Amino acid sequence: MTDLSSAFSKAIKLLIDLEPALVEIVQLSLSVSLSAVLLASLIGMPLGAVLGLFRFPGRGVVVSILNALMGLPPVVAGLFIYLLLSRAGPLGEYGLLFTPAAMVIAQTLLVLPIVAALTRQTVVDLNDEYAEQLHSLRVGPFAMIATLLWEGRYSLLTAVLAGFGRAIAEVGAVIIVGGNINHVTRVMTTTIALETSKGDLDLALGLGMVLLLIVFTINGVALGAQHLARRGQA
Amino acid sequence: MTESAVSRAQPTPTRTTRPSLLPLVLDGVSFTAGRQTLLNDVNLAFNAGALSVVLGPNGAGKTLLIKLCHGLLRPAAGSVNWSDPAAARRPDAQAMVFQRPVLLRRSVAGNILYALRVGRVKRAQRPARLQEALALAGLSAMAARPARVLSGGEQQRLALARAWALHPQVLFLDEPTANLDPAATRRVEEMVGSIRSTGTKIIMSTHDLGQARRLADEIVFLHQGSVVETGEAAAFFERPLTQTAAAFLDGRLLW
Repeated sequence: MTDLSSAFSKAIKLLIDLEPALVEIVQLSLSVSLSAVLLASLIGMPLGAVLGLFRFPGRGVVVSILNALMGLPPVVAGLFIYLLLSRAGPLGEYGLLFTPAAMVIAQTLLVLPIVAALTRQTVVDLNDEYAEQLHSLRVGPFAMIATLLWEGRYSLLTAVLAGFGRAIAEVGAVIIVGGNINHVTRVMTTTIALETSKGDLDLALGLGMVLLLIVFTINGVALGAQHLARRGQA
Repeated sequence: MTESAVSRAQPTPTRTTRPSLLPLVLDGVSFTAGRQTLLNDVNLAFNAGALSVVLGPNGAGKTLLIKLCHGLLRPAAGSVNWSDPAAARRPDAQAMVFQRPVLLRRSVAGNILYALRVGRVKRAQRPARLQEALALAGLSAMAARPARVLSGGEQQRLALARAWALHPQVLFLDEPTANLDPAATRRVEEMVGSIRSTGTKIIMSTHDLGQARRLADEIVFLHQGSVVETGEAAAFFERPLTQTAAAFLDGRLLW
């Protein structure tokens, strides 16, 4: 018990002192996950809007796959990207394995289905309401996508935050493709896993608190966004 | 009551020489849903100038007729012909206001500016058009408010202002006051009158006899998907030519 409480107070001290080792890990975590969310949003929002607005052969299959991939286990995503990026893999020549770039790619794969599927649903709902009016205004297909994405901005923000929550908290994908290399690919979740198994609880606890804080903040922002969305619909 | 005075301000006529879209001719237009024929062999011509009211009980096919004219629906048979089909596709050709206003999740001004942008109105002209449309609707003081928190009447006035901001030659209104109380209805009707005075051709539907009497120059009387009677409004209300129209005017139409 004294072990635990001393680890706890050490963890607090790490946070207050902004211990460089801890800061470095938090920074890498944030930059990897934010990059992944940015990439996933740039691809996923237009993809979701197209799937919601236009009919084409194979659309149902794509939508089903997308919905199923929302529950893609991170370790499987990690394994898949590992195979792609490994020396013998199709993208092996770029030497990306065990770099932050590989981690961004793996997390993008995890976040993309969430952003695309939620965007699709948002756009479908809005289109039911707006389709006639926008046709009446002779809004073309590209402008229509842009309009509906903007009209759904609060719902989409929620989707992006959900994606970020998944990325920042997952450990399976980043540990496989990143390798948890000190000062290179060590992020919050992988460090917590490693330090806990080594029995060094203070850094693990400190990072755990940062992670919790981030997750709470995301939830707060998401709630605020939903509140704004409701007010806009009144 | 300064706001009401603003709403009665006459919009400036801005008609320049544009290729005329009118007459709009419906030639044997039918519309079906499944096995049901909802509109049957409609032959009509809408000419410039007069305010045309499509009158009839609920379910007569008024909304369908308006949407077919506007191009939102395609007829199952027959054709809808503008005198200049190419010009009819221009953004300043025709606009429509729906029974339930569809407003974007933006400010009052944002809604009008959106229409101006997608209508390819030149950037330099937009501020003036915006102010003009806001004044017409009596919404100048509410320009910055979120559109979707306005009252029903204000929302419908905004929808009208947004449609009119593009200076369409032809404006379709589908039961614009069906969901409004008498005071809100009166203000929308005033707006319709102002828009009409700019020379905009208005084709509107209503089931409200009083409104038809107040606004119509000419009547298209629709019943059970067919045009029963057309003609000049005063004559229609004075001496309807058909039993059906007479029954409707007496409030004893059975359907």
